Amino acid sequence: MSTARAKPGGLWNGLSLSHKRVVWAWTFLAVPILFYSVIRFWPTLQAIGLSFTNWNLMRPASFVGLENYTRLVQDPLFWQVFRNTFLYLIIGTPISLLISFAIAYYLDRVRFMHGFIRALYFLPFLTTAAAMAWVWRWFYQPVPIGVINGFLTWAGLPQQPFLRSTTQALPAILAPAIWAGLGFQVIIFIAGLRAIPTSYYEAARIDGVSEFAILRRITLPLLKPTLVFLIVFSSIGFLRIFDQVYNINFNDPGGPLNTTKPLVMMIYQTAFKSFDMGYAAAQTVVLFAILLAVSLIQLRVLKDR
Amino acid sequence: MAPQITLSGRSMARGAFRPGRIVAWTLLLIGGLVMVTPLLFMLSTSLKDASQVYDLKLIPESPSFDNYWTVLSDGRFLRWFINSLVIAVTVTLSNVFFDSLVGYTLAKFQFRGRYVIFIAILSTLMIPTEMLVIPWYLMASTFGWVDTYWGIMFPGMMTAFGTFLMKQFFETVPDEFLEAARVDGLNEFTIWWRVAMPLVTPALSALAIFTFLGNWTAFFWPLIVTNSRELYTLPVGLSSFAVEQAIQWEMIMTGASLATIPTLIVFLLLQRYIVRGVMLAGLKG
Repeated sequence: MSTARAKPGGLWNGLSLSHKRVVWAWTFLAVPILFYSVIRFWPTLQAIGLSFTNWNLMRPASFVGLENYTRLVQDPLFWQVFRNTFLYLIIGTPISLLISFAIAYYLDRVRFMHGFIRALYFLPFLTTAAAMAWVWRWFYQPVPIGVINGFLTWAGLPQQPFLRSTTQALPAILAPAIWAGLGFQVIIFIAGLRAIPTSYYEAARIDGVSEFAILRRITLPLLKPTLVFLIVFSSIGFLRIFDQVYNINFNDPGGPLNTTKPLVMMIYQTAFKSFDMGYAAAQTVVLFAILLAVSLIQLRVLKDR
Repeated sequence: MAPQITLSGRSMARGAFRPGRIVAWTLLLIGGLVMVTPLLFMLSTSLKDASQVYDLKLIPESPSFDNYWTVLSDGRFLRWFINSLVIAVTVTLSNVFFDSLVGYTLAKFQFRGRYVIFIAILSTLMIPTEMLVIPWYLMASTFGWVDTYWGIMFPGMMTAFGTFLMKQFFETVPDEFLEAARVDGLNEFTIWWRVAMPLVTPALSALAIFTFLGNWTAFFWPLIVTNSRELYTLPVGLSSFAVEQAIQWEMIMTGASLATIPTLIVFLLLQRYIVRGVMLAGLKG
């Protein structure tokens, strides 16, 4: 127990001190325990409870069993949204991690203007997604307004519809999300790379191992904890995407034709536009299940390898 | 050649004899410049008048701050700016206080139930905010917290992430320091505040940076819990402002710049701490 007790001649003092310390500990924890109970645990149970009711702010909630869930499974919009949400994940996570690893791998070796170049990559991480969505919305406009189409026309290429297209809109919304998160991933990767002892590299070079083999056999395996953290962390981020989607297409959030609508936006609209709270609660429970399942599967698969 | 000698062993070993170094460096620089292009276009357009917006030049022909005066003149942006600042600072102070107090208690006190409390707090990391907003909204409307600072702030006053981060760091504080303070007759609260806290300042600054940035850019919950313009935070206010400006891009870019410039200035001033903080939080978190 406490080291005070081990002191010679301090047995009585020690006992009373350790009791006092228990009282102190619970005093320190009193307000936080109240907070976590009322603001985290109770609402979690409440959300699950609400998902079995038809509460909609107008009428008192009444129990409807699994009706919200069966309604969700039969809702074509849900499956569209489900598909979109996973597209954000499946495209966003690998692309952002590949780019940020490549940047970190080379940036780690650069000494000349290292801090400046790192800052260039990191700056977008500090921006507000809601503000940047508007900048990107402007970029995607047709000529003569939009910067990207202006550039395409200048280069003699055809204009692209971007946000107006059912196929291009989702990648167009994903681009600013990847852009904004890149700097964070680069910094974490650099931290991970620096944690690898130099002696491994020196030994490999003395043995004449090629740079690519060093990357594959030494760097990547030793970087695994960093990789696992970033994969899980960025996957959760892409599955919960909202701010960018809401702002980049404000007159038809999630459009065109719901092809960019993520699950969080469906939740927002069901709960705070249609006030169909019970149905929205069921959707949040599904989101929770998806996040949990994806994280657990990723941890399981990555730990095994 | 003098700088070569001062280079650390690692950089010599990793890069000194790579022929592609200059190519890699140039590509990295170009990539970095591409990364900040959206920000440069945003700032440059905010300095143009309506007739110049479509020339798409990065350097405005006759830059002026007129747009800023127009946007700031009706006082809304100032109000949203103050709202965001008050909220982000208050939530950050609360997290620095409570997360480290709980982290310290879980790291340095022996008592029955400690493990249960730790696991319970940690498990809340798995619960997404989105699942809680409906009950929070219900709570806020029951107690009249809609359209108040407290309504925006209450869900984030403590976080499991911050608690976990601080616990990790307090575990590295040697017990001897705390024991010495105890022998000197300090009470447990003073030991935490005066002895333990100064030993984990890098972690505290990491926690503060993350909490502040997270709350400064927060959109989802403030959007839900505010109805009146006066209580909007900067991101929510900017969103409503941009909708209202429709296609006046120079005005929208001015608003976006106003939301972005403060964090960029803070970053330029505190770059080293912020980068180190991100590394600390990423590795320990």
